[in-house]
Amino acid sequence: MAAEHDTVDEVTGKTTTGHVWDGISELNNPLPRWWLMVFYATIVWGLAYVVAYPAIPLATTFTKGLLGYSSRESVEAELEGLKALRGESMVRLASAEPEAILADPKLLGVAQALGKAAFGTNCAPCHGQGAQGARSYPNLNDDQWLWGGTLADIKLTIAHGIRNENPQSRVGPMPAFGRDGLIPKADIPHVAAHVRSLSGKKTDGAYDLAKGGKLFAENCAACHGDAGKGNPEVGAPNLTADIWLYGGDMTALVETIVNGRAGVMPGWADRLDPAAVNALTVYVHTLGGGRK
Amino acid sequence: MSAAERLDDPGDDAPLYAARKRVYPQAVSGRFRAIKWAVLGVTLGIYYFLPFLRWYRGPNAPDQAVLIDFPSRRFYFFFIEIWPQEFYYVTGLLVLAALTLFLMNAVAGRVWCGYLCPQTVWTDLFYAVERLVEGDRRERMKKDGEPWSVERVAQKILKHSLWLMIAWWTGGAWVLYFSDAPTLVRELATFQAPVVAYVWIGILTFTTYVFAGRMREQVCIYMCPWPRIQAALTDEHALNVMYRYDRGEPRMSAKKAEQARAAGAEAGDCVDCNQCVAVCPTGVDIRHGAQLGCIQCGLCIDACDNVMAKIGRPAGLIGYDTDANAERRKQLLEPVYRVLRPRTVLYAGLIVAIGVFMLAALLGRASLGVTALHDRNPLFVRLADGSVRNAYTVRLINKTLEERVYRLELAGLPEGARLEAVGTHPSGDRTLIAEVGPDRTRELRVLVTLPKGTLEPSVPLSFRLVDIATGAQASVGDFFKSPGSAP
Repeated sequence: MAAEHDTVDEVTGKTTTGHVWDGISELNNPLPRWWLMVFYATIVWGLAYVVAYPAIPLATTFTKGLLGYSSRESVEAELEGLKALRGESMVRLASAEPEAILADPKLLGVAQALGKAAFGTNCAPCHGQGAQGARSYPNLNDDQWLWGGTLADIKLTIAHGIRNENPQSRVGPMPAFGRDGLIPKADIPHVAAHVRSLSGKKTDGAYDLAKGGKLFAENCAACHGDAGKGNPEVGAPNLTADIWLYGGDMTALVETIVNGRAGVMPGWADRLDPAAVNALTVYVHTLGGGRK
Repeated sequence: MSAAERLDDPGDDAPLYAARKRVYPQAVSGRFRAIKWAVLGVTLGIYYFLPFLRWYRGPNAPDQAVLIDFPSRRFYFFFIEIWPQEFYYVTGLLVLAALTLFLMNAVAGRVWCGYLCPQTVWTDLFYAVERLVEGDRRERMKKDGEPWSVERVAQKILKHSLWLMIAWWTGGAWVLYFSDAPTLVRELATFQAPVVAYVWIGILTFTTYVFAGRMREQVCIYMCPWPRIQAALTDEHALNVMYRYDRGEPRMSAKKAEQARAAGAEAGDCVDCNQCVAVCPTGVDIRHGAQLGCIQCGLCIDACDNVMAKIGRPAGLIGYDTDANAERRKQLLEPVYRVLRPRTVLYAGLIVAIGVFMLAALLGRASLGVTALHDRNPLFVRLADGSVRNAYTVRLINKTLEERVYRLELAGLPEGARLEAVGTHPSGDRTLIAEVGPDRTRELRVLVTLPKGTLEPSVPLSFRLVDIATGAQASVGDFFKSPGSAP
């Protein structure tokens, strides 16, 4: 190799590396001084970083570094800072009754903003970004409430959820009338047609509405009421409103009566802080359907 | 002198790279130097002290005359307050600035470059410091050629310290435009200012020191786009700093010129003393004609006039003149100066028109406003009794510095329509009352409900906002969506 290094390029007068491609030889130019300095500086920086910051993974732990930095602690400090920044209104949001929040315009604004964010993170996967709901997941913008639409009702539902392991959660499943033989399967379409008639819907075909009505009174009225107005204590929906959680056509209604329905929702009091639960309560209430 | 020499054409085979030739501008006194000192004093005075100027606006607004308030998203300029959505005023200002630049160029060339550009002003100040510490041109050139001495090191340290102090003050003044100046100064002094303030001071200290102290004329020659654009915008009637070569050539010493004139031979006034080159802050030779490196600061005019006075020849061998006059003098015609030309009239007219337009926009600025955003998801909601409800995010805007009470009215829907918004006071089916604090907006979740009945899928409506105290109005249109005639 030494011999190659002695090769001198005629035009520039510089030695070459001896590498030649297609007759083009490479000049043996040194690296720029500044580049080399930066390169050495990064090596020094890297070594100092390993000493100063958490760096090397060990079997069950890792080197902690001389500065004692921890990204977890840094996040916690930032969250504390955020709390301090939000200040008094967050404290009041956590401790105030939802009615008091609704009455205070400033606190209401905070609750609506925080509630919207919390809703988007926690509730939107089922209820939709605008709380518009979907089949099996109620629309929270309307004034139809399975479990009651007052602030207290909404807060209880959010805090403890529906039909989950939490003993305080809402209970009240709808039996599988068809599957369990409570109503003869052949009669179920008559009941379904009767249920449609409660909200003024006509059904094509020959259904015995009188028979359906009789079966409804025997089996369904206990929860849904004689007139089908529903009962929020057990989560029985109002059947006269033409708002259908699982669909209002014959097929869907027959399926509902045959198999029963028992939608579930997790409780949020264990996962969110009191301020967020209050904010969500107020946010859902002010979407439009909240009741006094 | 050949054409190639004039353009400093190095020829085809020369390398494209040229090392920087250090410029050592010499001190000079005269008319244009005095103008430059005055401009420097005024512009830097404004820049450094304007943040401290107070302007009382009332109890609910800052009292700083010029303030860019990012946290509150407001821009204050004396009696003007601008919200972010009114930022187009700044676009108007930039258009005015561009047109003014064009007009200055059409009248007297690179006035901006020579007198007003921050690069010129700060470089001028840094040269003044350099002269103060290290002496004038000859002294500096001599010292730079000598080996290092203790005195020389001390001078260098002193010079760079002064430069850094000016640069630091420049960065410090910059951040004062973004926060209450006296408070921020106190915080900076006690190291309690926000980190971002120190970072920006650092950045601007660095750029000022590097641009004005180290790079100087290279910024104008290699970095700035304006000289390129300016060369394309100029015409033969624009005044430019110009060497009157018809008067100056052929060059010879004062004594020889006298003899030549006595003998009736041709003799120029230029004695080749090179004073015009020595004083030039960009190191160009004006006798090569108009060129990219020339910022037209007029210092060579002062230098040449001083020399002409000494040798007893009339002043103005170098002066503001036009290309057209250079041609006319060659043909032995009287020079003409035409400031009123189509382009100057056009630029001035545009400046006036845009200025009037902006002033009208400013005077007619609405102090209230309303915007509406229809809920997308869901577009409409059917209620238990069959009625249909639409929800809107309505923002009420109050640009005055007092709290105002507004009436929001719903217009354009059939009988039975109802308007509601939580947190407001209802006042009839279609109106509600809402307070909005000083200099702020208030967001309302507005619900509009129509009773059961057939309706087109989309019906226009509008929200009208009325300031109860003054009767001022604003309105915004939107639509009411419903399932239409579907059962």
